[in-house]
Amino acid sequence: MQLSRLDKLDDYRWQIPRHGKMRVPGILYASEALLQAMDDKVYEQVCNVATLPGIVEASHAMPDAHWGYGFPIGGVAAFDPGNEGIVSAGGVGFDISCGVRTLHTGLTPADIRGRQKALADALFNRIPAGLGSTGTIRLSNREMTAMLRGGAHWAVEQGYGTGPDLERIEEQGCMAGADPEQVSEQARRRQRDEMGTLGSGNHYLEVQRVAQIFDEELAAAYGIGLDDIKLSIHCGSRGLGHQIGTEFLKRMAKAAQQYGIALPDRELACAPIDSPVGQQYLGAMRAAINCALANRQIITHLTRQVFAELFPGTHLSLLYDVSHNTCKEEIHRVGHEQRRLYVHRKGATRAFGPSHPDLPPALRPHGQPVLIGGTMGTASYILAGGTQEQELAWHSACHGAGRSMSRRRATRLYQGRDIQQRLESRQILVRSPSLRGIAEEAPDAYKDVSEVVLAAERAGLARRVCRLEPMIVIKG
Amino acid sequence: MTGHWEHFEHVADIGIRGIGPTPADAFSQAGLALTALITDPAKVQPRRGVQVKLEEQDLDYLFFDWINAIVYQMSTHHLLFTRFEVKIDGSRLQADLWGEPIDLQRHAPAVEVKGATFTELSVRQEGDQWIAQCVVDV
Repeated sequence: MQLSRLDKLDDYRWQIPRHGKMRVPGILYASEALLQAMDDKVYEQVCNVATLPGIVEASHAMPDAHWGYGFPIGGVAAFDPGNEGIVSAGGVGFDISCGVRTLHTGLTPADIRGRQKALADALFNRIPAGLGSTGTIRLSNREMTAMLRGGAHWAVEQGYGTGPDLERIEEQGCMAGADPEQVSEQARRRQRDEMGTLGSGNHYLEVQRVAQIFDEELAAAYGIGLDDIKLSIHCGSRGLGHQIGTEFLKRMAKAAQQYGIALPDRELACAPIDSPVGQQYLGAMRAAINCALANRQIITHLTRQVFAELFPGTHLSLLYDVSHNTCKEEIHRVGHEQRRLYVHRKGATRAFGPSHPDLPPALRPHGQPVLIGGTMGTASYILAGGTQEQELAWHSACHGAGRSMSRRRATRLYQGRDIQQRLESRQILVRSPSLRGIAEEAPDAYKDVSEVVLAAERAGLARRVCRLEPMIVIKG
Repeated sequence: MTGHWEHFEHVADIGIRGIGPTPADAFSQAGLALTALITDPAKVQPRRGVQVKLEEQDLDYLFFDWINAIVYQMSTHHLLFTRFEVKIDGSRLQADLWGEPIDLQRHAPAVEVKGATFTELSVRQEGDQWIAQCVVDV
């Protein structure tokens, strides 16, 4: 991206001045180096989002932003229903409520080392991963409706996990306002045997070691110590969410035309928040959020079963569960007033700062854990949401490393088997149904996650707590 | 099923493109390009058939619906397809898809396609060839 087109606000915040049909400016949170490497398409997409009706203050891009569909991945924008604001299926994306949850295991690397292979194999055998894998849970239509309404609450009621898990999940595990009636027959059908499955692409389950602590106090508050073994799960709402995403993308592209909303890019498909299509989408999308929360809850249950068998007496408690493809109704300060806004985060994580009333009491003094997925060969990070004094990008932060290379290029450059062997020589065991899938997810196909989280911290979006290195990777 | 297919680059995902003498041929070839994202289409046997019927005035949207219909059939029947017999009559598409159940060992599926996107979506005629393409989300 050409820096000459940006106004530098400080070392980590850059503004795209309003021009053309932009209603608000764009703000990019990144270092100069990250910006220089960033695709020009991100610039274009940040500007396009800024043209949408009802957008408030600015169109934001996180440090890991890259070229997405309509919205950049790493894009954040809030819309005001009182000012003709819109909701956009393209602004949420296909994998609705894709997210990460991290669990404490109470184990140390010494506990894992002797049994690393057995644990990798057991997790790979128990957690369905990759295309064509199915879960063992089959839901009747009525059960599916209950799941879509209840999310992780429903899962816990069914025996997948326990009550204390719920307070460590956004929305306390249940997204309000879900309307299962708006979830099509096709979407339900795609989900029929996908409950408790990981999916493929960049989704994973990792056993990780805490390799570095940045903030001792925050780490202690989150229950994190150096050399702790944690477990992270990255997946979303599976076929149900994908189906809702595609159905509403087309419906909203047509609706936008009907409502006279000029779209600079069809992928920005949207409708007024208060329109029938807008409300139907919100109902279906919230149901998909619940599906994702239930899915991660079931996978957690399967993981706990594996650990109970291999490490009797361990208890895997939840640190937190975050979603990064959502539109949420939230109250934010705009100027001197509190306003109800619809915040789209596409490939971006909510990052509430200390004292936020929506955080559970145990986390409230410290801010929300922000879980950043890295690549299988590098590292993941845990951050803490913003600061109390300042609300940046509607309390949002980055979500991962962000791709820097296409899948096609990655498969040309790397062999799955080589990557697997190279990682194994570093004591990282990778299990996947597909060698090509491993090649496509090669660590070098991603940006440097350390630089991304450093930029997030320096920009004031979040504070680094610790860095985690993988020991076992189950790839879909 | 005359014509050919190819993939094209997109940073996060990948594009599929079908090329043939008619829109129906281009749609068929794009179906093969979709399968080729997941596995080598030559490894898939045409042992089972499913039928797809769609109706949509706009040819771009018809292609979007077509790719999503294949994704839906793959996902709900756990099938991979290797032959796409497509007929397009005005706004109506009817197709027979031939393939077989996914065999994790033999097909080693690389990715799961979530759906078609509007990115680079176009159905157009260039000279005597039709081109149907879009980026898919994986």
